[in-house]
Amino acid sequence: MLENYLKEGLKERDILLMTHIVLGYPTFEQSLQIIEAMVKGGVDLMELQIPFSEPIADGPVILSANQKALAGGVTVSQCMDFAAKVSQSFPIPFLFMSYYNILLKYGVSRFVSVMAESNLKGAIVPDLPPEEGQEYMEAMKDHKLDPIFIISPTTSSERMKYLASVASGFMYCVARKGVTGANTDFSIQLQNYLNNCRKATPLPLALGFGVKNKTDIDFLKGKADIAVIGTQTIRLMEQEGVGAVEGFIRDLR
Amino acid sequence: MLNRGYYQGFGGAFLPEILYATFDELEETFRAAKNDPDFWRNYEQLMSSYSCRPTPLTFAENLTRHFGGARIYIKREDLNHTGAHKANNVMGQGLLVKRMGKNRVIAETGAGQHGVATATMAAKFGFDCTIYMGEVDVERQRPNVFWMERLGAKVVPVLDGTRILKDAINEAFRDWVSNMDTTHYVLGTACGPHPFPEMVSWFQSIIGTEARRQILAVEGKLPARIYACVGGGSNAMGIFSGFFDDPVELVGVEAGGQGLDSGKHASRLCSKDASVGVAQGYKTYFLQNFEGQMKETHSIAAGLDYIGVSPILAYHKETGRVRFEAATDDEVVAATALTIRKEGVIPALESAHAFVQAFKEAPALSPEDIVIVNQSGRGDKDIFTVADAFNDPEWQKFIIKKAKAYNA
Repeated sequence: MLENYLKEGLKERDILLMTHIVLGYPTFEQSLQIIEAMVKGGVDLMELQIPFSEPIADGPVILSANQKALAGGVTVSQCMDFAAKVSQSFPIPFLFMSYYNILLKYGVSRFVSVMAESNLKGAIVPDLPPEEGQEYMEAMKDHKLDPIFIISPTTSSERMKYLASVASGFMYCVARKGVTGANTDFSIQLQNYLNNCRKATPLPLALGFGVKNKTDIDFLKGKADIAVIGTQTIRLMEQEGVGAVEGFIRDLR
Repeated sequence: MLNRGYYQGFGGAFLPEILYATFDELEETFRAAKNDPDFWRNYEQLMSSYSCRPTPLTFAENLTRHFGGARIYIKREDLNHTGAHKANNVMGQGLLVKRMGKNRVIAETGAGQHGVATATMAAKFGFDCTIYMGEVDVERQRPNVFWMERLGAKVVPVLDGTRILKDAINEAFRDWVSNMDTTHYVLGTACGPHPFPEMVSWFQSIIGTEARRQILAVEGKLPARIYACVGGGSNAMGIFSGFFDDPVELVGVEAGGQGLDSGKHASRLCSKDASVGVAQGYKTYFLQNFEGQMKETHSIAAGLDYIGVSPILAYHKETGRVRFEAATDDEVVAATALTIRKEGVIPALESAHAFVQAFKEAPALSPEDIVIVNQSGRGDKDIFTVADAFNDPEWQKFIIKKAKAYNA
């Protein structure tokens, strides 16, 4: 399970890095190159997003990547095959990220058992609160996979505790209101918010939304356990090509 | 919160965590309003002084004679301010916004009716207003964009996805997750996460409550059947609400587009192209492929051109309480033309779907039977769309001449 892996990693590094890609964007071949570059650059774990036509929690950059992947003919079954291949070839844990309809149409328990067979370690489903996710949570538990749940700055401390009680692996703390990719203010408020998250759970804390450079990550050291780089690497890849990814990741810590 | 807003497996609230607290607040405000008789009284008062409620129930004498079967009545939601039943929902939500102490509203719109209604409400109540509208719809519904802007709303064209209604809904949600402290999202139909389906249906139930009272007053008995078009399903839920406990057959009519086998339609409850899924925060029948990606939809009536349908109607489909049919674009144009000529009322193309099915069935019913058709909106303000649907050559000449005048 992820929690031990993360806690071991934290003995050696003061913060871990999680990155995010949209599968099949721009192509599966390039997805593979990006993963190679990220692993070489030193990421500790990765989210693989299965594109969905209605990605309601994503901002313009990831939204557009979803749409372009789908327009290019990317299918869920291709994503499943690709994820199985990479999670067996690279030495870091991989998680799926997608919206609930993708799991529902695939069959929730079938989706989860394919994840387990493929050596994926967990999943982030941003439109599936635990109240709606009984079947998913049970299937994940049966296969010893981690369902990652999200905490936001609007989450009450009571609800944080509830979320922590059903989560495993780590908690994904959203840095601010809004969608992925916009600017985040790395401030004392963010620090207070992370303190509150820390009080609610012994699980490692990931902080995502708007993390884009070394300054942001330096700020997070000692406050969060995992920094999540999502939109920024997609932007970088679009602007400077896959070749820029490895150096970017390496220079973050 | 567990299992809230479910209608035998349909509905729910599939929300990103960031909106959880906002929905708690909305649910609480709505629940308090629903339990407060003064709230409904104020709402009725507002609708009678600002939007022509109660709307008339018109006996369609000429259509009745033409078809020679059931007595046909038309519930005149077209006579609402802004020209459609949308006003019922929007004004109701406006009162809730006041209760929540927010000062900004956002909304999605497809054809533009809901956008115009929301912008109107915002102007009246003094709220800031932003309307999200797919770029395709902005281009084909310029008159409504014109009015929204005159009413003080900011109209944001949505360039993502298929650039129509569903994409406008996604974009409105993206605004909401950033600005929920000041902003309420006035969802336009009985879809979306709980409590929207229940809340929108509640405001629209004013249609059915009136219609039941009106038909009993003039005919002394209940209708045999009621027909309503179904896009998201709010006007249908509105009129059906008055009759769920009565021995009245309820018929919802979806957009059959170019035919249910053509792939170009928006029929979720009558076609094989739809299946149960979760998107835009709720569980219902969606027009989607086998892997869960949403399909493109088509209807001559932009207001019915949507991938999902009210979870409450999906539930009534499963129980059989409501029967669902589909009307094609061609049938809709013919029914619109006939209604205009025979009765001098101009239904919106959306509403004309309900007329199609009523016209198919009325001749086989007895002259003792009564049917009510819900005319959810008026067609005359969509003159550009309707004139295109009628393919009117003189109108086309006029537009060409007008365009030349601008170029001169």
